[in-house]
Amino acid sequence: MNTLLEIENLKTVLHTGSNPVCAVDGLSLTINKGETFALLGESGCGKSMTALSIMRLLPDTGEIQAGAVRLNGNDVLQLPEASMRRIRGKLISMIFQEPMLSLNPVMTIADQIDEVLKQHLKLKNDAAEHRIMELLEQVGIPDARRRMHEYSFQFSGGMKQRVMIAMALAGQPELLIADEPTTALDVTIQSQVLDLLRQVQQQNHMAILLITHDLGVVSEMAQMVAVMYAGEIIEQAPRENFFAQPAHPYSQQLFASLPAKQKRHQALAVISGTVPSLSQQFKGCRFADRCTHAFARCHDTEPQWHAIAGNHKVRCHLYDSAVAPVQNKPIADIALKTGAALPQPPANEPLLQVNGLKVHFPIRKGLFKRVVGQVKAVDGVSLNIYAGKTLALVGESGCGKTTVGKSILQLIEPTAGNVRYNGHELVGMRREQLRPLRAQLQFVFQDPYSSLNPRMRIIDILQEGMNALDIDAPAMNTQTSQTPLSREKAVDALLDCVGLPVEAKWRYPHEFSGGQRQRIAIARALAVNPRLLICDEPTSALDVSVQAQILNLLNTLQDDFGLTFLFITHNISVVEYLADEIAVMYLGRIVEYGRIDEVIENPRHPYTQALLSAVPMIDQSVNASMIKLKGDLPSPASPPVGCHFHPRCPRAMPVCSQSYPAASIISPTHYTHCYLYSQEHTTDQHEH
Amino acid sequence: MPFKPVILWTDALVFLLVFIVLITIWYVRNNEHLLAPWRRVGHSTSGMSALTVLLVFIAIGFLDTLHFRPALEHTNSQGERVYSVEVLSVLDIVLTPLRTNVEKTYSAPLATHLYTKETVDLPDGSQKRTFARLEFGGAHLQDPDTEHLQDIGWRAITGACLGLLAWCGLHALLCLSMARRSKNNFVQCFQAIWRRTTEIPWHAILITLAFIFILIGAIAMLAVHYHVLGTDKVGQDVLYLSLKSIRIALIIGTLTTLIMLPFALLLGITAGYFRGWVDDVIQYIYTTLNSIPSVLLIAATVLMMQVYIETHPEIFETIAARADIRLLFLCIILGITSWTSLCRLLRGETLKLREMEYIQAAHAFGVSHWRIISRHILPNVMYIVLIATVMDFSGLVLAEAVLSYVGVGVDPSMISFGTMINAARLEMAREPMVWWALLAAFAFMFTLVLCANLFADAVQKALDPRIRTYQYNNRQLNQGLSQSHAATATTQQAAAQSSITPVSADTVHRPPRQS
Repeated sequence: MNTLLEIENLKTVLHTGSNPVCAVDGLSLTINKGETFALLGESGCGKSMTALSIMRLLPDTGEIQAGAVRLNGNDVLQLPEASMRRIRGKLISMIFQEPMLSLNPVMTIADQIDEVLKQHLKLKNDAAEHRIMELLEQVGIPDARRRMHEYSFQFSGGMKQRVMIAMALAGQPELLIADEPTTALDVTIQSQVLDLLRQVQQQNHMAILLITHDLGVVSEMAQMVAVMYAGEIIEQAPRENFFAQPAHPYSQQLFASLPAKQKRHQALAVISGTVPSLSQQFKGCRFADRCTHAFARCHDTEPQWHAIAGNHKVRCHLYDSAVAPVQNKPIADIALKTGAALPQPPANEPLLQVNGLKVHFPIRKGLFKRVVGQVKAVDGVSLNIYAGKTLALVGESGCGKTTVGKSILQLIEPTAGNVRYNGHELVGMRREQLRPLRAQLQFVFQDPYSSLNPRMRIIDILQEGMNALDIDAPAMNTQTSQTPLSREKAVDALLDCVGLPVEAKWRYPHEFSGGQRQRIAIARALAVNPRLLICDEPTSALDVSVQAQILNLLNTLQDDFGLTFLFITHNISVVEYLADEIAVMYLGRIVEYGRIDEVIENPRHPYTQALLSAVPMIDQSVNASMIKLKGDLPSPASPPVGCHFHPRCPRAMPVCSQSYPAASIISPTHYTHCYLYSQEHTTDQHEH
Repeated sequence: MPFKPVILWTDALVFLLVFIVLITIWYVRNNEHLLAPWRRVGHSTSGMSALTVLLVFIAIGFLDTLHFRPALEHTNSQGERVYSVEVLSVLDIVLTPLRTNVEKTYSAPLATHLYTKETVDLPDGSQKRTFARLEFGGAHLQDPDTEHLQDIGWRAITGACLGLLAWCGLHALLCLSMARRSKNNFVQCFQAIWRRTTEIPWHAILITLAFIFILIGAIAMLAVHYHVLGTDKVGQDVLYLSLKSIRIALIIGTLTTLIMLPFALLLGITAGYFRGWVDDVIQYIYTTLNSIPSVLLIAATVLMMQVYIETHPEIFETIAARADIRLLFLCIILGITSWTSLCRLLRGETLKLREMEYIQAAHAFGVSHWRIISRHILPNVMYIVLIATVMDFSGLVLAEAVLSYVGVGVDPSMISFGTMINAARLEMAREPMVWWALLAAFAFMFTLVLCANLFADAVQKALDPRIRTYQYNNRQLNQGLSQSHAATATTQQAAAQSSITPVSADTVHRPPRQS
């Protein structure tokens, strides 16, 4: 066997607080040369601690208590620190999640790569420069000779991650540890980076330890998959076996909790509870408390490895033929509760009408702050949302999605255009005039960690809106009781509604997990009894299983209270699961708009096509050819002349660079802005 | 009446401050959720020890604030009582021997002879240059050379023992009151304290108190017959001067901060929150104010004040009132000139906070600007205010010293650390050096500022709901989450620290987050 890395019974402990946290507990794995090994798991499972243990870069509080990490047969845990320095960057390299934070902003790219070369290869100046250029060209940085002397902030996010990869490759390592390498990147950029990693791997014949929580990325990249849960590996299999038949109940539930088109109007499977605290002593299976198949033995005996087929093995009592109750054997597709999919009659008048909305931010320069340009964050967006429906606004980061949401609520003043809600024109309303309407429109923010004031108790947070808008009790409570509830009772009812215990109201936000915080944020918005909820990427900071909980909650709320959603996201599978209509945004403008089935099944705009194909697919049978996009999103301060997308478009024509295309009507509910389709049915509404 | 109470301006402000503090305490006690963080202050060992020392200082300062004019023996022509023009405080009465036992000039701590040679007339009519015996220091000794050390040792030990005895009494009282409250017996309470199982760290407070009592006991015994910290140029007891200085230091530290805070808070937060022209105006104001040398500004104002005071002697009944009004104006002027740095900090922090999503959520609810500022922004900048004011406290006490040096500080008749340090300028330059005045000022200021810092640190930790100072045994909803956060936070440090591989040197690991 050409084994490169062998980890045996690794145990890493973090000494924080009173109880030591066993972040990695008895982990064993083997990585062969040239193989991609994916370590999959939710946040807080000990994935990153495993990677840092291999590199021996643990924090000061961390301690490797037992085990061996053998690289080419040598135990790196026994080496003195000085020899470790010769291994790091030379034999093992690492790339991190945030390329923005991983590069030193006061050193040029060339200087930073040069550090690796000096340390490990002792290259002289000219040779080093030549090598740096070679590396940057290898990772696909155009004009490498010039750009190598630039600073990291002059590069875009995707380019920075490329630079990081170049840096990791500089020592020609045999093992590359990639810790969530694409989590911070957009889908189209993610597919570029994953593609690059594959190419580089083939050229250099190195092994990759890929740490991720994204099943899609795993299915695109990995040869071997290991699922990690609460500090240990619970299932290990080759990719094909894993995706064809996940064995452990946890893996199965992870798959079931992924939103997808087929699951529309159904509740997503939810893993109840949270990842257990790693500071406790485990007895029995660590997943038992959350497992739907758990039986008595699971709670008191720790499961051993059971081989299923070939090198597919799982740590679960269900596969121990001696003890497992037969009828309890899990089946791969978990039966789902079918929610009541009420076919609501389409309303005639849209609840919210947005017409030609523009938000421009002036760029000021010089002594007198003269306006020298405009950042056209939103440049003529028109939307219609009908009551009880969900409109998804999709696009890459920086395309102006969030600005649209905030300017609808008048949190950002629009430059032009109008927003009509239920017959009221919101643009230009004064603060006091707007106040009565505030209750009807609410916002759920992206980051549950910054959207709750850390110094206010939950009860104060939830009551704030009620007090400010003078609302006595949210409507959802009047169903249960006729008499108006006191505000404190109303808070209880709200917490109950979003599935949190009533005692939670006396606590502070930091005592809750991300998913729980997002529920509180939703409860806060519901407190004033809104009809339209603008959700700005409400699940993007959360794990898959928690995402499923939030999506279920939103679905229930729509069914029960007839809420209308404007769902801002970049996650196509969430859109497919939740939305009725979809608007695809590119650089401040909507390029395609239509009903969900029309757009997903028959995308017309090349950008929509590229976006949809870039989403990592779990199902390998649908092997659609991926459309590769060149480059990054241009700056909205100086958008390209003509169609904004033409510099990246694989089907660009000369006319594209001349003027912005008008709307092409494909069906009464579906239009796109592209010269590929006939331009005759133009409407002045969408002209710019 | 044997005395006539005098309320000086600064006294009135101190009483007002005490009143506000008492009201706040009463309000907090009636609100469980406000009380909880302050309970956490009570759990901090260093914080409570510091508070104990701080309270001793505050008690001294407060005694020194109760001013009165004692009645004189004779009456005036109408048969009314005449009161002395000298304004005394309760502290002066307590320290009467120290106040009245004035030597001729410098004497070293616990000395029996003067520090300088002078010509004395011997009984036989001849003259001799020698170190003369002190009038009060060690005056009871027949033969200072042989009895001196022994007497000091004996007195110190007796005093310490008496202090310890008093401490034991206090300890017993504490145990008794605890026993009555918790319905445990006396011994159980005693054990609970020293096994450190009580909620409030009484053991730390008691140890601190033991030190204080022993020190006070020993000093009190010695101070009756000696000058424990020596005497200054005009023969005043340095210990007395130091104790009197505490009030001035506390007043300059607190009043100035109180005057400065409204400016800094209001202007800093409005500038950061509203931005636009409001921000421009406020920034211009503090930039302008900052660019004028503050000593110049203070000197000009104080001199103007001085002229006014001298041309209107009829307004002030006593010298103390004159000195006091000068102190008050010094505080006001220091306050007006020193808010800029805190204001700048607050503006920056508010600029950051106003973009937070919870502020935007509040906007989405139509919450008024005033409520957003008071409910969302103010609590989140309080930690800066707390740190800055404590840091400023020592700076202000020193500023007073600098101003006294220039001659525009407190009234020369007033005793302050500033005047003591100012005097030390010459004392340190003379040969042999007079070191005790400066040392005394240094020791007292150091203790005061250190305790203030430690206590502020404990308060800041306790008031931040994100920091846990007290281990909750129950109610841990998601320990796993907080731990994984702690883990990633330390990972960041580790990655930042290790400059070993170039890859890791420039990289920081972050918890997974999709964007």
